[in-house]
Amino acid sequence: MVNPIRTIARRVIETARALRHNRAQVCRQTAAGRKGQSLIELDTVAHSYSGGELFNEVSLRLAPGSFHFLTGPSGSGKTTFLKLCYGALVPTSGVVRIFDEDVRQMSRDDIAMARRRVGVVHQDCQFLDHLSLRENLALPLTVSGHEALDDDANLRELMVWVGLTARADAMPPELSGGERQRAALARALIMSPDVILADEPTGNVDWEMSQRLLTLLIELNRMGKTIMIATHDLGLIRAAKNHVQARVLRISGRRLQLAGADL
Amino acid sequence: MSALRSVIDFAIGDAQAEKAVPPTGFTVRLTVFSAAAMAFLVVFALALSLAAGRLADRWGDELARSATVRISAPVEQMAAQTEAALNVLSTTEGVENARALSIDEQRDLLAPWFGSELPLDALPLPQMIEVIETAQGFDGDGLRLRLSGEVPGAVLDNHASWRVPLVSAAGSLRMLGWISIILIALATGAMITLAANAALAANAQVIAVMRLVGARDSYIAQAFMRRFTLRALTGAAVGTVLGGVALLFLPSASEEGGFLTGLGLQGGHWLLLLLIPILAAAVAFLATRLAARNTLRSLT
Repeated sequence: MVNPIRTIARRVIETARALRHNRAQVCRQTAAGRKGQSLIELDTVAHSYSGGELFNEVSLRLAPGSFHFLTGPSGSGKTTFLKLCYGALVPTSGVVRIFDEDVRQMSRDDIAMARRRVGVVHQDCQFLDHLSLRENLALPLTVSGHEALDDDANLRELMVWVGLTARADAMPPELSGGERQRAALARALIMSPDVILADEPTGNVDWEMSQRLLTLLIELNRMGKTIMIATHDLGLIRAAKNHVQARVLRISGRRLQLAGADL
Repeated sequence: MSALRSVIDFAIGDAQAEKAVPPTGFTVRLTVFSAAAMAFLVVFALALSLAAGRLADRWGDELARSATVRISAPVEQMAAQTEAALNVLSTTEGVENARALSIDEQRDLLAPWFGSELPLDALPLPQMIEVIETAQGFDGDGLRLRLSGEVPGAVLDNHASWRVPLVSAAGSLRMLGWISIILIALATGAMITLAANAALAANAQVIAVMRLVGARDSYIAQAFMRRFTLRALTGAAVGTVLGGVALLFLPSASEEGGFLTGLGLQGGHWLLLLLIPILAAAVAFLATRLAARNTLRSLT
């Protein structure tokens, strides 16, 4: 029996990949990523904010196809940790490598290109309020040079799946919290990224939608995508245990700890 | 060819990128108004500079080719010395023509100071000889020596004593005009930089989101650069047209009116006005590019 979520996820990935504008550069980077053993690697990383140290000697490797949950109390640095993973922050000490490249050695263009391969779902979604929902979802395609947004079947299918077709022309301030969260995930997926970093992706959605989001993320993981979800929703983590081999990491005492055995 | 293609692509722009960066109203008006005002001023600075240049060239050219020999001698020797001076001049290399001014011509020269009823016969006036030089000119020192030997009462005046300061003043005026144009261009660049910085700051969140989804700095900067360049081009075009119309209403050049009546543009110089909007656009392009680079570099 055909799994509809799997079908849609696969189509999203395949068609979005075909739409990539700078194919040569992406392919080069993909090859570079495959050479190494991890897509994103933190090596004895420390990070401080105005004198206050958030992490110390944190090391982690996000191997291709891995699934991680990142937990920790509010203010422990989950969002900062994710920002380090996609090059929005540079560590105070230690090394962060994204697709085998040291973030410190990467040019701004390199980081921009790397971000096309890392889908980020923000806690506050981060939409452009003057663009419609459809245009916001297509923004990663737009900035990478893809133009035919109106006829983009992939975009339409993605909107169908997240249940936002009827809201395609709505402006972000008109959306509910759940709609914004679904839209943020859809935007993160539109470029078929190798890695998906989600910061509290189910924070503003109901249980049913959080299960749909989780199911999609698990499907994407089964197709080889690397997933990291920062959350303090233990129910979400428990719900995932029957479907995926996930590592649960906890930020505590400025260190990253493995929270018990694999689920 | 590729450069032309780049310019065309830039002018056409990327509709999606344009849409992603919302325009900020006050910077639109500020940029268009600044560019228009500056272009208007440049039109006059350009007209002043070109007019001063024409004046300097004309004075330099006309005066450099003429000289005067003044003969002061007793009345009974005046005719003989005049004849001798003309003989000397006619055999001097570099002298195209020399002729003694008539009594009437001398009266006309003095009329502005003494009136037209001047009884020249009652005054011991010197005889004036007008000398027109060839393009190569004559050797002033050599001619003076010959005149002092053969015509004791002759004094050669090649107008250098008053010609040089006049030409120098006109040259300075021309230089001031060009300096003004450069300063206006720099001021335009500074104002557009401020406006671009304001627009970039107002769109910091937009830029952050675009960076988050993989936009390169050049892509983001392009949207701002194109917008400010087109605004400057539009404003400068309006200012240039207004300045050009104002120049048309200035009095045309005339001998009686002197320098001020010749301030307008002449002939092909009108075509130079076409360059003003293009230069304004170029200044805006560079200023916005610099501002965008600096601002984007400070963002993660």
